[in-house]
Amino acid sequence: MTRIVTIETRDLEKSAKEGGCGECQTSCQSACKTSCGVANQECEKLSK
Amino acid sequence: MIHRYQFDGLNIVLDCYSGSIHMTDPVAYDMIGWFEDLPEEEVINKAMSVHGISIEDANECMADIKSLKESGKLYAPDKYENIALDFRKKNIKIKALCLHVAHTCNLNCSYCFASQGKYHGDRAVMSFEVGKRAIDFLIENSGYHKNLDVDFFGGEPLMNWDVVKKIVAYGREQEKLHGKNIRFTLTTNGVLLDDEVTEFCNKEMHNVVLSLDGRKEVNDRFRVDYAGNGSYDRIVPNFQKFVSKRGSKSYYMRGTFTHFNTDFLNDIKQMLDLGFTELSMEPVVTDPSSPSALTREDLPVLFGQYEELARLMVRRHKEGRPFTFYHYMLDLTCGPCIYKRVAGCGSGTEYLAVTPWGDLYPCHQFVGDEKYKMGDIYKGVENLELQDKFASCNAYSRPECKDCWAKLYCSGGCAANSYHASGDINGVYEYGCEVFKKRIECAIAVKLLTSDIDAPGEENQ
Repeated sequence: MTRIVTIETRDLEKSAKEGGCGECQTSCQSACKTSCGVANQECEKLSK
Repeated sequence: MIHRYQFDGLNIVLDCYSGSIHMTDPVAYDMIGWFEDLPEEEVINKAMSVHGISIEDANECMADIKSLKESGKLYAPDKYENIALDFRKKNIKIKALCLHVAHTCNLNCSYCFASQGKYHGDRAVMSFEVGKRAIDFLIENSGYHKNLDVDFFGGEPLMNWDVVKKIVAYGREQEKLHGKNIRFTLTTNGVLLDDEVTEFCNKEMHNVVLSLDGRKEVNDRFRVDYAGNGSYDRIVPNFQKFVSKRGSKSYYMRGTFTHFNTDFLNDIKQMLDLGFTELSMEPVVTDPSSPSALTREDLPVLFGQYEELARLMVRRHKEGRPFTFYHYMLDLTCGPCIYKRVAGCGSGTEYLAVTPWGDLYPCHQFVGDEKYKMGDIYKGVENLELQDKFASCNAYSRPECKDCWAKLYCSGGCAANSYHASGDINGVYEYGCEVFKKRIECAIAVKLLTSDIDAPGEENQ
């Protein structure tokens, strides 16, 4: 019986090898301007 | 580190360092929680006793938990602290500017963190010469970055519209010469948003942020002109016309909620009723002694509103009438890499604010605070000590964040909020943390409830 369903998410450890290009949008430029987080940003490489 | 929570019948387990998200049944939810603190045998016995399951079932669940642990999707270790320390310091290239093209405003909102656009200083507008130099400064210091962001901010940027257009034209010319891609954005209160502005923005602006607080009585409580007249009736038709011509380009209807409208979901509903679907609603940033400041007692009310907002999003998604809420946008598979999650917004390093005179500050929220002046667009960043402090400010720089499950979602939080709450950019704005964590929990719940994945136990129902 399946008691755990794992949702597909970006592997953060793997992203340490492939990420860091710095091309994604600067977080505060989009809509908040007062309470920035990064969780809702998109990866510029992967979302193309 | 894991974080477990429940939302409308869902049992959700987040694994902080792998970024994994699991939906479980109540048995696995408890066993995953006990696993770190109890010996394996005790976890199994407790599961049998609490949930009345057989030893075979308990063993099977334990095997699944251990398998997830071995594959790095549960209880993953923290391997990122050194990445955090190196990333910003080695890569200080500028990629984004917030251009304060107008330190003046045609509205007189008493809650404005920018003190009616003046940032506690004199009224001023940016000249084209300063704007042009700002673009040159950005390109000269952008290094390897191809995508550059330039936001027209104020005050009210449309009060200096001709200069905005000239800066855009100059930027378009320069980006071609230097192999860059500039994304212009604009934030406006809508008072001067006419057909000509609309047409230009729809051609040139990657994103436009439209300021409206929601219901008329809420909006007009603060968003008034200098004669004290509410702005709602003037701006809403402008916004509606603007959005009707926006096509598929990005915009956000952005509101601020205060102690006076902790029922901000009603303001979000008002925005929806007006036909807007790309929404953002932010807690007010103000002095805690201000009557509009959010209080500790408001917090449970806000939590309830965020939960109801999540339910509304799920409901409307199922009805085929979805909408976007900025803080609930999560791309689970194409979200930010670990570098971005650790390093945060880039204020004071890759992101700087430029005053009408060309002075540089770590971000728009520090403008006017002289000790945070970093340099100017002519001589560049001169306060390297300050730059280094911002470069070191990240998800690992605050002891309070050490055991927080949300640190790789918030990167340690907004430096300006921390500074205003604690006097130090490496301090903690605890109230903001509470709100942020609630929003992330709700955002993930919305993603799960609007996905086509069945929660465990649902597949046979």
